[in-house]
Amino acid sequence: MKSALRSLIDESVTIIREVAAEFERPAMLFSGGKDSVVMLHLAARAFSPARVPFPVMHIDTGHNFAEVIEFRDRAARDLDVQLIVGSVQASIDAGRMQDATGPRASRNPLQTVTLLDSIKEHKFDAVFGGARRDEERARAKERVYSHRDAFGQWDPKTQRPELWGIYNGRHKAGEHFRIFPISNWTELDIWQFVADYNIDLPSIYYAHRRQVFRRDNMWMAVSPFLQPEPGETVTEELVRFRTVGDATCTAAIESSATTIQQVIAETAAARITERGATRADDRISEAGMEDRKRTGYF
Amino acid sequence: MERLHFATVGSVDDGKSTLIGRLLYDSKSIFEDQLEHIEAVSKRRGDDYVDLSLLTDGLRAEREQGITIDVAYRYFATPKRSFIIADCPGHIQYTRNMITGASNADLAIVLVDARTGVVEQTRRHSLLVSLLGVPHLVICVNKMDLVEYDSAVFNRIREEFEGFASRLDLRDVTFLPISALAGDNVVSRSANMPWFEGPTLLHHLENIYTASDDNRIDTRFPVQYVIRPQRADTLDYRGYAGRVAGGMLRVGDDIMVLPSGLTSTITGIDSPDGPVEQAEPGQAVTVLLKDDLSITRGDMLCRPNNRPRTSQELEAMLCWMDDAAPLQLDKIYTVKHTTKLARGKVSNVLYRLDISNLHRETEINELKFNEIGRVTLHTTSPLFFDDYHQNRTTGSFILVDESSGQTVAAGMLLSPRS
Ligand SMILES: Nc1nc2c(ncn2[C@@H]2O[C@H](COP(=O)(O)OP(=O)(O)O)[C@@H](O)[C@H]2O)c(=O)[nH]1
Ligand SMILES: [Mg+2]
Repeated sequence: MKSALRSLIDESVTIIREVAAEFERPAMLFSGGKDSVVMLHLAARAFSPARVPFPVMHIDTGHNFAEVIEFRDRAARDLDVQLIVGSVQASIDAGRMQDATGPRASRNPLQTVTLLDSIKEHKFDAVFGGARRDEERARAKERVYSHRDAFGQWDPKTQRPELWGIYNGRHKAGEHFRIFPISNWTELDIWQFVADYNIDLPSIYYAHRRQVFRRDNMWMAVSPFLQPEPGETVTEELVRFRTVGDATCTAAIESSATTIQQVIAETAAARITERGATRADDRISEAGMEDRKRTGYF
Repeated sequence: MERLHFATVGSVDDGKSTLIGRLLYDSKSIFEDQLEHIEAVSKRRGDDYVDLSLLTDGLRAEREQGITIDVAYRYFATPKRSFIIADCPGHIQYTRNMITGASNADLAIVLVDARTGVVEQTRRHSLLVSLLGVPHLVICVNKMDLVEYDSAVFNRIREEFEGFASRLDLRDVTFLPISALAGDNVVSRSANMPWFEGPTLLHHLENIYTASDDNRIDTRFPVQYVIRPQRADTLDYRGYAGRVAGGMLRVGDDIMVLPSGLTSTITGIDSPDGPVEQAEPGQAVTVLLKDDLSITRGDMLCRPNNRPRTSQELEAMLCWMDDAAPLQLDKIYTVKHTTKLARGKVSNVLYRLDISNLHRETEINELKFNEIGRVTLHTTSPLFFDDYHQNRTTGSFILVDESSGQTVAAGMLLSPRS
């Protein structure tokens, strides 16, 4: 009998190959986060023994955890893929936008400008993203092949029908598609894959001691990019990260899980969603993610 | 653990989103932050109770209007099985999104409001589910709490549905009386309906047998991508990647390539986990052959003595999904069928189905938004296909409008009527 993970892998591999066959210039977003790591491993398996026939791209806010950036570079080398880095700092320096300022400034929303500029610069017509439908209620609504107009916008009201396993990637010049090959994976499926295939992840996914402070009921890590405000006390706690993104808006959770199996046990018992526990950026409004996606966010 | 993919369909307000909320809630699959969020929204709106449909109605427009516009996918697991749910919209103008959610489903749950019984959208969705070949159907007569849990209401609706459904091609139909809001017969047995002896909905979903739904006899392998590594250590590797659409592939099997008709033998099968001896429907693999043949994307591998039909003149049931323009006879559309692209035109609408009574209306020369008809399709190159009832992959296609790029129709290939 087919296991659930088995059919998820088959579906994802099929989508990745379909895009490689039909689009002129695909690229895969790769941040070093667990979802994008799993997605890249699936791509490697989809084309083995050939190389992955497209580059990977990271939109770097310049405010990332050092361990993750180091992991990103090593993983791209090990999997023998070309890595393109789109730099938010470079976009700011070029005057494409102004840096976020103020005590709670985050460059997270600025990524959209750099992402769209990079897509244009490299003439990418399909960009793979590692978003999962179980993450968030707007993502739960999105197609596997998600059309973006010339401004990079998603329009949830005019999504194309998507039937059976037949995907329609037809688009006009200047438009592109976001492709979500792991749409149907859950957080637990990702960890099951990491366990079954012995996938290397950045160390911050496992419990470690770190300087943190409490903000909005979350543990934020002290870093060059994020400092406590007056009244916020720094302590050292045993924590790990459930998701990894810009250091200014990604929180850690208390955890003593140091092995994959311990993380799986913890994930299976979790009572709070991955983003709910760790993402300051989703708390903006009831439709925070939908609004960001509409303007071209991941 | 095997996964069941099911869709909830039926008319607006019959309780689809509430039912999913209930299933997730009672199976303890709702996270605390999600619950807090919908509690806060319900309270702000002044609802009397927590509106579980907020769990799936995730778009701004859906929350503003209190309706489901597009399919939402949700995931949950019990110790027995894991599930993908597609919560489909009920409004007629969003039928194409309902089709999107149901096309891949193993099972469809049709919700019927106990107070109104079978209505036009119940019939439309049941017809679509039957045309889409969804193997299993569950009719949930919902809101039993509003009809005093009366068995007579349930039995009447059941008869009403059976009267209509006898003319549909439905293989496996189960009827359940439930209250999605109160939870009767969803996860736990209802004390309010001792007269009902069937299973709860969750019990039914956990135990339904689906392994025999795939076609494991007729070997079909549409070639998706040719793998030719440009690396020194594997220069001779030439693999044909794709997803098995039917039957089994085994190392040592003789195969035929379409359209060329050339034959060869399978010398190896590579899966995402490495070499395997055989592959079954749904598996993504790369096939290696003994002979160096010219094979490209869009070709199909099959067994020499069991070939799909090959034709440029096809008959199909067509669901028209474009709200911008109706189907035009003799206009050229792009046809996407398995991994093959062709161009094609509809030369004739044989009949249009009247949803309410299933009458076949002839003398029709267009199909409008949301209409369904049987058509003759001509393609610029031959398709290798099976009857949709034999194979949902090799029997299905979409039409794409060449100027707008939109997916305008879903088609199911059928054997011509003799
Ligand atoms: N009394 C009662 N109301 C229900 C039941 N199921 C759903 N409803 C209500 O019917 C309305 C429509 O439900 P919803 O789930 O949004 O329907 P959908 O359009 O099919 O998704 C909401 O106000 C629900 O609270 C039920 O079993 N009993
Ligand atoms: Mg609904």
